[in-house]
Amino acid sequence: MYAFTYHRPKTVADATALLGQFEDPKLLGGGQTLLPTLKQRLARPSDLIDLGQIPELQGIGEEAGGLTVGAFTRHAQVAHSDTVQRVIPALASLAEGIGDRQVRNMGTLGGSICNADPSADYPAAVVALKATVRTDRREIAGDDFFTGMFETALEPGEIVTAVHFQKPDKAAYAKFRNPASRYAIVGVFVAVFGSEVRVAVTGAGPSVFRADDMEAALAQDFRADALNGASVSADGLNADIHASAEYRAHLVRVMARRAVEACG
Amino acid sequence: MPCTVSMTVNGKAVSREVEERTLLVTFLRDQIGLTGTHVGCDTSQCGACVVHVDGRSVKSCTMLAVQADGAAVTTIEGLAAADGTLHPMQAAFREHHGLQCGFCTPGMVMSAVDLVTNHPSPTEQEVREGLEGNICRCTGYHNIVKAVMAGAEAMQGGTMKAAAE
Repeated sequence: MYAFTYHRPKTVADATALLGQFEDPKLLGGGQTLLPTLKQRLARPSDLIDLGQIPELQGIGEEAGGLTVGAFTRHAQVAHSDTVQRVIPALASLAEGIGDRQVRNMGTLGGSICNADPSADYPAAVVALKATVRTDRREIAGDDFFTGMFETALEPGEIVTAVHFQKPDKAAYAKFRNPASRYAIVGVFVAVFGSEVRVAVTGAGPSVFRADDMEAALAQDFRADALNGASVSADGLNADIHASAEYRAHLVRVMARRAVEACG
Repeated sequence: MPCTVSMTVNGKAVSREVEERTLLVTFLRDQIGLTGTHVGCDTSQCGACVVHVDGRSVKSCTMLAVQADGAAVTTIEGLAAADGTLHPMQAAFREHHGLQCGFCTPGMVMSAVDLVTNHPSPTEQEVREGLEGNICRCTGYHNIVKAVMAGAEAMQGGTMKAAAE
């Protein structure tokens, strides 16, 4: 790891001020991606700004019928929260499936979505649950937040403070995971809001996306079999040693079916 | 730039000057001299370096020492009683032969204790899932799972079953 200077601000305002002071600063969430990256010398920030001691970034609360989760809330806290389990159980179960126990004890919601790994789980929930990403300066609709592989709509120096998830009538997340890393080879989050059905797919493409055909089919007939005629094109999907693009396209439908069935 | 890091390790207050990029596992092993916490893969996969920070199991190779500033850290050396009596989970690993080479054992035991503290009576499936962050290259996990089940029972105050199998 290259040397850096470490900072531990107590407020978001202090963190913002620090971000403006240095040449190449980097925000530190739970560090479960950033620290391995630094250890491999794939990044060389001048300064690390640890967000772990900022009370306003933490906590889970009910708001407007949905849930507001602070950016520095760890995956294990989301998974074990009585509030999350009661209001949006699918979100708790998604969090419980991230990485392993030790990763969930450290990794944070904000860190996950800001990193925008194409195989991360949370992006599917942010998009499917019509979330709003709150930052130190504005609100960004979940649909607009993820803009590409490891890319988001965030501006330089912008800090995510919380995510508000809307409460669906029913929802479920199904994932076909890499057995070693436990990242999603394909993960599908299905959420029903009245007559609207949202199907968000992670792991399959460069960034999370909505499966329009599947949403239309499920809006007409919310049964797994309604997906028989709907499919996702393999064009542009990820292909690696774990799965070809065609296989991922196939998995999208299989995971979507499982998610619909899990919705009950 | 060196900085001072202070924490409680196995109940004892420690304070050292370290480089900011120092990992928690390096701090524990090289600064404090507690080499029971192992470095296996050094890429957050294998779990040989698992310790407890404020009661939560974490991979100490994927945490900076400065992130643990002010925290209470427990390592494998902190599990046994002062008179050397093994923690029930350690005793269960010995009783059920939950190790071969022993390299992964400190991390396995620390993960298992965290798991059982939060799920007092885990099923075999829950034990296997709870140990996903720990890799063992020798055993095939069978006896490890058996040890954790027995250790869980012992931590509940039950008596340990003899390792007859």
